[in-house]
Amino acid sequence: MTSLEMIARAARGATFDAGLTPQDIDGLIIGPQVGETPQHAPAALAEYLGLQPRFADIVDLGGACGPGMVWRAAAAIAAGMADTVLCVLGNARDPERLPRSPNRNPIREFDVPYGASGANQAYAMVAQAHMAEFGTTPEQLAQVPVKQRQNAMLNPNAVFHGKEITVDDVLSSPMVMSPLHLLEVVMPCGGGAAVVVTSSDRAHDTPHDPVYLLGAGEMVTHRALSQAPRLTTSPLAPAIEQAYRMAAVRTDELDLLSIYDCYSIVVAETVEDAGVCAKGEGGPWIEQADFSITSDLPINPHGGQLSTGQSDLAGGMGHVVEAVLQLRGDAIGRQIDDPELALVTGNGATLSEEVALILGNSPS
Amino acid sequence: MTDTQSSSTITKSESIQRPRLVTTPLTEPFWDRANEGELLIQHCSNCGHRQHYPRNICTSCWADEPMWMSASGNGVVWTFTLVEKPGHPAWADEVPYVIALVELEEGPRMMTRIVDCPPETVAVGMPVSLAPMWDNQLNQMLLSFAPAVSE
Ligand SMILES: [Zn+2]
Repeated sequence: MTSLEMIARAARGATFDAGLTPQDIDGLIIGPQVGETPQHAPAALAEYLGLQPRFADIVDLGGACGPGMVWRAAAAIAAGMADTVLCVLGNARDPERLPRSPNRNPIREFDVPYGASGANQAYAMVAQAHMAEFGTTPEQLAQVPVKQRQNAMLNPNAVFHGKEITVDDVLSSPMVMSPLHLLEVVMPCGGGAAVVVTSSDRAHDTPHDPVYLLGAGEMVTHRALSQAPRLTTSPLAPAIEQAYRMAAVRTDELDLLSIYDCYSIVVAETVEDAGVCAKGEGGPWIEQADFSITSDLPINPHGGQLSTGQSDLAGGMGHVVEAVLQLRGDAIGRQIDDPELALVTGNGATLSEEVALILGNSPS
Repeated sequence: MTDTQSSSTITKSESIQRPRLVTTPLTEPFWDRANEGELLIQHCSNCGHRQHYPRNICTSCWADEPMWMSASGNGVVWTFTLVEKPGHPAWADEVPYVIALVELEEGPRMMTRIVDCPPETVAVGMPVSLAPMWDNQLNQMLLSFAPAVSE
């Protein structure tokens, strides 16, 4: 039996014993290694089990994982992030394949043999589906890197600071995977990003005005794109909806979108999923939208990862950092005029594991 | 393209081995039957749910041991991309090629290749049918698809 199969058995045993069904599970906490899956382990396991949790996490505390999972599950429930959390650990020991069994991630077995590997192909297929369903055009998607690059002209820390591009530049850059061109694809680079979270009481002693977490939402639906419930609406839609509800905020009250942008198509889908425009209208909306700091709704004033480069996982934290700087009034050289509310999004794997935050400059 | 360029390209891609196919005891029947040109999916005798890829539980009701069934091999292109620069260099000698997610008429979706047609004719919603292709490097039949022959 593989680790995935063993974990499935354990999950079913505990859930059925509790008199519950898979549909009752909306939170998932797992150990650091699932079926020799090197990353995206919660998404891989949720997919295997057919779960779509709105809270997922890894606990990596060795022999303390079990109890460590239990209080974290309780904390997630108390925070309103989940109602019922499955905490599961399991590992196969195959005596014939010692010391360590090979990578048995289903993607490795059922996608890679066709020459389908890496993120580019998955996002290209999402873009293709969006174009087919809504008539979104390459010219519209090309506006995303162009307008974000314009913003990066005010950010000396962006890798592509000082290098403006046009729609023609994007469309004449090499096709990587149709319909995505090179300049619509994020560029990997080195870097780091961090934030500190504390209680609002403690935050009053600090040298800066604090930024408040007002709402959060999370949703994990799949790992392999073939298992995605849909392509043209991402799991960000329910995650953002939960964050709005928790924060008691409406879309039209937002002052800033600091949204994940590994590819042009992700920005187009995210403005739809955030309710900034109607589903399917992302392309035309982006074409006319003003992304700049003087807009009613600036988008990624730092230039987004398409301009700053993607410093691995820190690239996503960069969207949190940018929102915090803007809300504190500390975005030197690119400060928005008195922003009060920001939407921050994060996106993992192939629109698989999604998080939305509402940040504000006052506690309510 | 000159002969020199093409031969160096081939040399380069041959030097990079494709990741070998790693099956599990549960998935072996899928690949064995694929070698005979057959596409197996799973169905649940408890709730009727159908799924691909194979697992030891039904993803809908978690019932044990879903059953194998032979798929018709008919489906439609859910989405696709023309790969110009592959995610793994071991496929560099095959570009450009079309990978697609095909929605089978039984319901499940799968990653596959679209073959036997000019790439520019592939479209979302296009009817396709099973057209297995042998992969020399993997020593395995892969379950690719081609445009469905119109009646
Ligand atoms: Zn079932």
